Amino acid sequence: MSRVFVAMSGGVDSSLAAALLADRGEQVVGVWMRLVPTGADSDAPRCCGTSEAGEQARRAAAHLGIPFYALDYSELFGREVVDRFVQAYAGAETPNPCVACNQYVKFDALLRDVIGKFGADRLATGHYARVIERDGRRRLLRARDASKDQSYALYALGQFELARLELPIGDLRDKAEVRARAAAYHLPNAESAESMDICFIGGDYREFVRERAPDAFVPGAVRRADGALVGRHGGLGTLTVGQRSGVGVAAGERLYVLSLDSGRNEAVVGTRDEVRVRSYGLRDLRWTGPAPDGEVRTTAALRYRGTPAPCVVRPGASEVVLDEPALVAPGQVAVFYDGDEVIGGGVIDRAA
Amino acid sequence: MNAATRVYLDHAATTPVAPEVAEAMARVLREAHGNPSSAYAEGRAARVLVDQAREEVAAALGASGSEIVFTSGGTEADNLALRGTFAARKGDADGIVTTAVEHHAVLDTAQDLAERLHARLVVLPVDRQGRVSVSQVTAALDLRTVLVSVMHGNNEVGTLQPIAEIGAACRARGVTFHSDAVQTVGAVPFDVATIPVDLVSLNAHKFYGPKGVGALYVRRGTRLVTLQTGGGQERGRRTGTENVAGIVGLGVAMRVAAERRASEAERQTRLRDRLFEGIVARVPDALLTGHPTQRLPNNASFCFPGTQGEALVVALDLEGFAVSSGSACTSGNTEPSHVILALGIEREVAQGSLRLTVGRDTTEADVEALLEALPPIVARLRSISAEPALR
Repeated sequence: MSRVFVAMSGGVDSSLAAALLADRGEQVVGVWMRLVPTGADSDAPRCCGTSEAGEQARRAAAHLGIPFYALDYSELFGREVVDRFVQAYAGAETPNPCVACNQYVKFDALLRDVIGKFGADRLATGHYARVIERDGRRRLLRARDASKDQSYALYALGQFELARLELPIGDLRDKAEVRARAAAYHLPNAESAESMDICFIGGDYREFVRERAPDAFVPGAVRRADGALVGRHGGLGTLTVGQRSGVGVAAGERLYVLSLDSGRNEAVVGTRDEVRVRSYGLRDLRWTGPAPDGEVRTTAALRYRGTPAPCVVRPGASEVVLDEPALVAPGQVAVFYDGDEVIGGGVIDRAA
Repeated sequence: MNAATRVYLDHAATTPVAPEVAEAMARVLREAHGNPSSAYAEGRAARVLVDQAREEVAAALGASGSEIVFTSGGTEADNLALRGTFAARKGDADGIVTTAVEHHAVLDTAQDLAERLHARLVVLPVDRQGRVSVSQVTAALDLRTVLVSVMHGNNEVGTLQPIAEIGAACRARGVTFHSDAVQTVGAVPFDVATIPVDLVSLNAHKFYGPKGVGALYVRRGTRLVTLQTGGGQERGRRTGTENVAGIVGLGVAMRVAAERRASEAERQTRLRDRLFEGIVARVPDALLTGHPTQRLPNNASFCFPGTQGEALVVALDLEGFAVSSGSACTSGNTEPSHVILALGIEREVAQGSLRLTVGRDTTEADVEALLEALPPIVARLRSISAEPALR
C-alpha cells in the first residue's frame, strides 16, 4: 500500500479525489494549504487558502476518515504569487497567478514537502488533467472533459513531478459525474462553488495593484504604431495587451492595445489588422520530457483554454514563431500541445 | 489504524478523563440541574456540589475554599491573575516581571497590558536549561513593580522554576506573585502553605479532568479586580453561572491526582528516563531540552538537528503515535517555538523539537514501541533534508 497525500482545497474536486483514492485502497492523507495570512481571510473571500476553506477541507477529510493536516504556506504564496502578480503589472506585463500558484506553491513547495518531509509516495490534486505512462515516460494530458481542462496551468511539471502526481478527477467524464460521485460519497461539499481566477483579491484587482504599485498608475500617452498621439491612459497597470483600448471610438475604429512600453509609459494601439506579430520571446521554458535538441513544430495555447495555434518553438533562441500573427500579452504563458498532450511551455516576455 | 493501536504520548496537551471523574460528572448532569444561586432545594443541592469541589481543590493545594475561584480553564485563570492584579494597582505602580518561557496565555496577556495600558514589562531570559534565577527576578524588581509571574513547570520542556524562592523574594518586597501551575498541579506537590505565592492558575484537563474548567487560587488579602460584570458569582471575582458538572469533575480529578501522585510520579519518571536513555542511545545527536532533573516527571523533550518538528509529528501520527512539537510549519519553513529559542538553542536545531509526555495510561510497551519507531523516522527526515531541493 502506498501513501498518497491529497492537496485538499475544501472544494468538491479535491475532496472527491481523496475519496476515489481511498476507495482504491491507498493510504490517503489530506493536506490543506493556508495561503492567506491568518486574519486576512476577508480580503480573499474566494481563495482556497482561507480558514473557511480549510474548515471545509477538514470536514471532508473527517467525513472520509482520513488523517488531515493544515500547513501554512501563506508567506510563500504572498511572495511567489501575490508579489509576482503586482510586479508583473508594474512591469507592464499581464500575469497568470494560477500558473504561478501551481508552479511555485503546489508543485514546488507542497510536492517537495509531502514527499520529503512527510514521507508520501505521491501527491494527488483535484486538477482537471491526466497523467499517464507511455513509451517509458510520464505524459501530461488534457482532462477527459475538455471544457474543464486545466492542463494549461500545469505545463511546468517535469518528469520528477509527473512521476509523483495523481490526478484522479481528470479521468471523469464531466462536472456532472464529479457531482454525482461526490454525492454518492455524501461529501459535505458536493455542491460547493467553483473556484475563481485571481482568488486572492476580493474586489477590483486594479485597485489591489494600485495600492501596491502606484507607479503603474501614472497617466501617459496613447499612440498609434506610427507615433501619432491619439489619447491618454490612466497608467499602464490599467491596460492589458489585446484589450479594447477605449480610444479612437470617435474615429469609428475599434482600437486594441498592441503593446505597452513601461520605459516611456506609453501604450500603442491599433486595429486588429495591424497585429503583425508572429514571433515571441520566451522565458522559463519547460519541457515535460527531455528538452528537444532542435526546433519543434507543435501548437501553442496562448491563453487559458485557448485553442492551440500552429507554431515552431526554437529552444535555442528561446522563441516561438506562430504560423499566423497573434496578439499575446507579455507575462502570459504559451503552452505547447501535441494533440492532447502537454509537451512544454514558457512565459511570453516580448514580441521578438 | 484504530484507537486500540494508538499510543498517546501528549499528556501535556491534554489527558484522558479519569473514569471516576466521568462518572461523577455524568451523575451531576443527570441528577442535579439546579442553579447554585437559586434559593430552593435544587439550587441548594447544586451549591453543595460546587462547595464540595471547592473544598477538594483547596485541600489539595493546602488552601481554604474561599481562596479558590473557578474559571473556564488555565487561560482565563492567567488572564484574571494578570489583568485583575494590574487593574487593582495603586499609585504609580506599573511594573510586570515575567519570563521568556511562559505560556502564551501569560506572555501575550503581559504584552497586551504593556501595549494597551502602558505596563512596564520586563521579560527575563532563562538559562540553557530553561531556568530563571531568584537573583534575576530580584534585580528586576523596583518600587513600582506590581506583579511577578513565573510559571511552575514549563509546558514544552518541563523545566521547574524555583518558585518558592522567587515567591519569598516577592513577598519580602510586597509584590504580588503569580505562578501558572497548569502543568504541575496534580503532577507534583503544590502547597500554598509552603510556597509563598499569591495567585496560582490550574486547569482540570491537564490532570485527567474535563476541558473547559480551571481555577485561580487567590491568597486571602490579594488585591484583584474582576474582569467580568454580572451576577456576582465566585464572590464577584468571576461572575457567571457556575459550570457545575465541570467543577465537580475538577474536584474529583484533584482528589484522585493527590491520591495517586506519589506512585504515579515515580512510575512516570521511570518511563520518562527510559525515553531519555533510549533515544540518546538510538538517535545520533539527540539533544535533551530542559533541565535534566528539575523537570516534570512526565516530560521528555528533545531537539533532533536536521529535522523539522512538524514533520516528526506527522510521521509519528501516521505510525500511530500522538506526540507534539512546539514548532509550527510556516511556508514550508519551520518556525521554532519561543521556548526552545529562549533556551539559546540555534534556530536550525530548534526547528527539530519534539515533546513526549507520558501519563497514567502509558505503559512500558508504549515507550518501547516509540523507541522502535522514532529512530528510522529521524534518519529518513535527515537524509531528505541533507539533499538539495527538488529540481
